[in-house]
Amino acid sequence: MSDTTVQAIPEKYDVALGGDVADYVALLKPRVMFLVVFTALVGLVAAPGTMHPVLAVAALICIAVGAGASGALNMWYDADIDARMARTAARPVPQGAITPQEALTFGSVLAGFSVICLGLMANWVAAALLAFTIAFYVFVYTMWLKRATPQNIVIGGAAGALPPMIGWAAATGTVSPESFVLFLIIFMWTPPHFWALALTRARDYERAGVPMLPVTHGADETRRQILIYSLILAPLGMVPSVMGFGGMLYTVVASILGAFFVLFAVDCYRTREGEAADRAAKHLFAYSVLYLFLLFTALLVEQGFGINGGSVLPLSWPL
Amino acid sequence: MQDAEAERKRRQRKRSMAIAWILAALVVLFFIVTIVRLGGHVLDRPA
Repeated sequence: MSDTTVQAIPEKYDVALGGDVADYVALLKPRVMFLVVFTALVGLVAAPGTMHPVLAVAALICIAVGAGASGALNMWYDADIDARMARTAARPVPQGAITPQEALTFGSVLAGFSVICLGLMANWVAAALLAFTIAFYVFVYTMWLKRATPQNIVIGGAAGALPPMIGWAAATGTVSPESFVLFLIIFMWTPPHFWALALTRARDYERAGVPMLPVTHGADETRRQILIYSLILAPLGMVPSVMGFGGMLYTVVASILGAFFVLFAVDCYRTREGEAADRAAKHLFAYSVLYLFLLFTALLVEQGFGINGGSVLPLSWPL
Repeated sequence: MQDAEAERKRRQRKRSMAIAWILAALVVLFFIVTIVRLGGHVLDRPA
């Protein structure tokens, strides 16, 4: 069997058996869902005004299900690519545990359901943003950009950056400059995050025919682009402080995290040979996850606990 | 062959149970959300 052929379906994944519940859970990309829910929660808590906690939880569930629907639709369309990459070959569709038709139906139903429920439980601005996010991820990123251009994850990253805006809109019914800044931070974070991963998996992407930057322009150009985006991201992380919705804690955390992000990016840029180069890229990838988590946690803590003049409780109990 | 049939039934049962639990959770969620959205008006009665 050549590397480019789709892997044989193992016997235990006989399609006639139907998928296990765990296979359907895997279709939702739970780890991506966690990141989406977390950033949406930060948007929701950072937003001015109050929202009933029950409605807030319901809105977050809808956003999570919408993210899961995007994942399922992505796995439906990308099953051929997933089968050729070591990182994704064990996913339910390429393994034959779930048929592409089942994944398509599952994703479509969940997408429609999540958007309608968010509209009814929160508001239709948030629902429209969720619908746009799902459509952008599926039609623009998955079906078009991913196989067409090395800028796939730059433009497609908009879908992953929208959840804080959805959370903000769920709480306020509007889109504001503050929520747009949260969007921009994740948007600028996405290229160095994914390209650091792509540097270590360039062969995988090449085998699958995905035009990631390291495949089309080489590792050195990718490292240069990573450094450029990191140099933009570090000061961008400080903008919430300038706009007044990031306080002292956020400012200190964002400046330290931003400085280390640039240091890791410089290390990745300068270390170009052998295992050390691979290690530098892996360190940057791991740190990028920590960066986003801690940056948004700082904002969550400040806004959630009323530091920096925020409300003492972000959520109200009107009953 | 019998093993495959037993496995198919086991998976179908697990899927059915998962759907049942999710539906029950949705009923509870919709009920609570409805009460919250109605707020105090749920007790209003015409004079």
